[in-house]
Amino acid sequence: MTGSSSEARLITPTMLGAWLVLATVPLWINAIGLYPYIGVEIVIWSIYALAFNLVLGTSGLPSFGHGAFFGVGAYAFGLTQFNIAANLWVCLAGAILAGAFAGLIVGLLIAHRRGIYFALMTIAFGQIFWTISVKWHSVTGGEDGLLNILRLPATFGVVSFDISDNETLYYFVLAVFAVVVMLLWRLVNSPYGRILSAIRQSETRTAHLGYNVWLYKLSVIVISAGLSGFAGGLFAMAQRSAFPDVMNLAQSGLIVMMTLVGGGLVSFWGPVIGVIIFLIARDVIGAMTNAWALYFGAMFVLLVLFRPEGIAGGAKLLMERWKARREASRVLSSAPRSG
Amino acid sequence: MALIEVEGVHVRFGDRVVLEEINLAVNEGELHGIMGPNGAGKTTFFNTLTGSVKPSRGRIRLEGADIAGLGPHAIARKGVARSFQIMTLFNDFTAQENVMVALPAFRARGFDVRRAVAGDSALADEANEVLASVGLGEKAAISAKLLSYGERRALEIAVALAQRPRVLCLDEPTSGLGTDGTTRLAELIAKLKGKLTIVAVEHDMRFLFSLADRISVIHWGQVVARGTPRELQENPWVKRSNLGSFG
Repeated sequence: MTGSSSEARLITPTMLGAWLVLATVPLWINAIGLYPYIGVEIVIWSIYALAFNLVLGTSGLPSFGHGAFFGVGAYAFGLTQFNIAANLWVCLAGAILAGAFAGLIVGLLIAHRRGIYFALMTIAFGQIFWTISVKWHSVTGGEDGLLNILRLPATFGVVSFDISDNETLYYFVLAVFAVVVMLLWRLVNSPYGRILSAIRQSETRTAHLGYNVWLYKLSVIVISAGLSGFAGGLFAMAQRSAFPDVMNLAQSGLIVMMTLVGGGLVSFWGPVIGVIIFLIARDVIGAMTNAWALYFGAMFVLLVLFRPEGIAGGAKLLMERWKARREASRVLSSAPRSG
Repeated sequence: MALIEVEGVHVRFGDRVVLEEINLAVNEGELHGIMGPNGAGKTTFFNTLTGSVKPSRGRIRLEGADIAGLGPHAIARKGVARSFQIMTLFNDFTAQENVMVALPAFRARGFDVRRAVAGDSALADEANEVLASVGLGEKAAISAKLLSYGERRALEIAVALAQRPRVLCLDEPTSGLGTDGTTRLAELIAKLKGKLTIVAVEHDMRFLFSLADRISVIHWGQVVARGTPRELQENPWVKRSNLGSFG
């Protein structure tokens, strides 16, 4: 036995189900009192959360300054559009490269660290990037940010799609999300992904098996930062602007919270669940009270105390119990009756 | 020429000298035991040999090539595998996955992101073969954290064996094992003896004296006695030191 059959697939039934449900969102989102743009946000933040979970959930690296890479990608998207080429693919490539480069710089300096020292260094670097974004006014626009970023058309050769309205933008980011999910699913179930998981479980043992742990940690930080930058670029396009806020410590904390609430430590889909719950809670509870974050914070505390593996972990446990019960009743019903 | 040659190795942590002028030669195919009281420097020596600790000075040669100061991954790639006194398994993996990641064939694909591990029957078969060699053939699909203590000890050794090492370093392999477990482990190591060069740190004197070709006694960071088990049983220092019963 070498793992479950879904691990070997590029596209799993769960993926198909998730894409199908997400594809119908514009049809019913207004009917439940929400609005199409929240769908765009959910999908973009899901890409970011999945990228973040590569370092936290898969590799066990506690990064608390990941907003820096998301923000670098957002600024890179705008700056590429303004200064290099107003082409969607070039701008997105700029966001990926800028995020990955920022990840490389940070990774080179912290990949040899682990645990609390690693976490503190990520916070410090996050603050450095945030400070640069606020102070380097001539490039980033300071606290005013970069405004008037365009939602550029998606061109495929001679065919071009206008994605300037929220609905078409939603389908564009959903298509991107589908590709990202496939790639990340394959990555975490590949030999590379297994080694990252081994590093999470024991860096010492992994090193003594002949793996250059530092290089693996550096590489996953770069991949995660590049993908976070990509999500940041999509976010800048969706918002039509880029601000320093997305890089601050609180925003970096949000992605950690979303990932843990959803169950990123035990499930590939955990971060996506966390994003959906967080953003819907923000809008639904936020419509009732300004103190919505208090209620979400309380939920986070309760989850960490009673279900630290998050919602996906809880669901997994229920599923296992149900299977065990079903198996027990099957055995009982097939046993010969006596008396 | 000895396979492993340790010459004048000295390790200090700050002001504290932990190993002083350690000299040791281990021939190919030999089982060399390391014994000594708690705090003698045995584990530090082991960590130095396998790259976790860099020596302050001295040389460690593997087949003539100096490996002193190389990192653990570089030393592992040269064919030195180790087990840990405090078991260091991948608890979220099955027994088979623990062994699989240790295989050189898996390591060669380390940065491969195109293929999934699941369904790779060649890797699975190779891992199962190693598991069977330590008596865990039926436990391949069991999560490492669900195995019994003795099975986990056997899995520790299976992971090291999966690396296809030339030198196998065992750090207190009988630690925590009962009589039956120790007997089974002794049988396993006896089977490996001669096929591999083995360096074993061990407290269980009966175990070590029944298996080792030669034994070095480390005390206060120095090798204070060395010889065959028979020679050491007659060694007045060893007799005086109350290191345990020789049975």
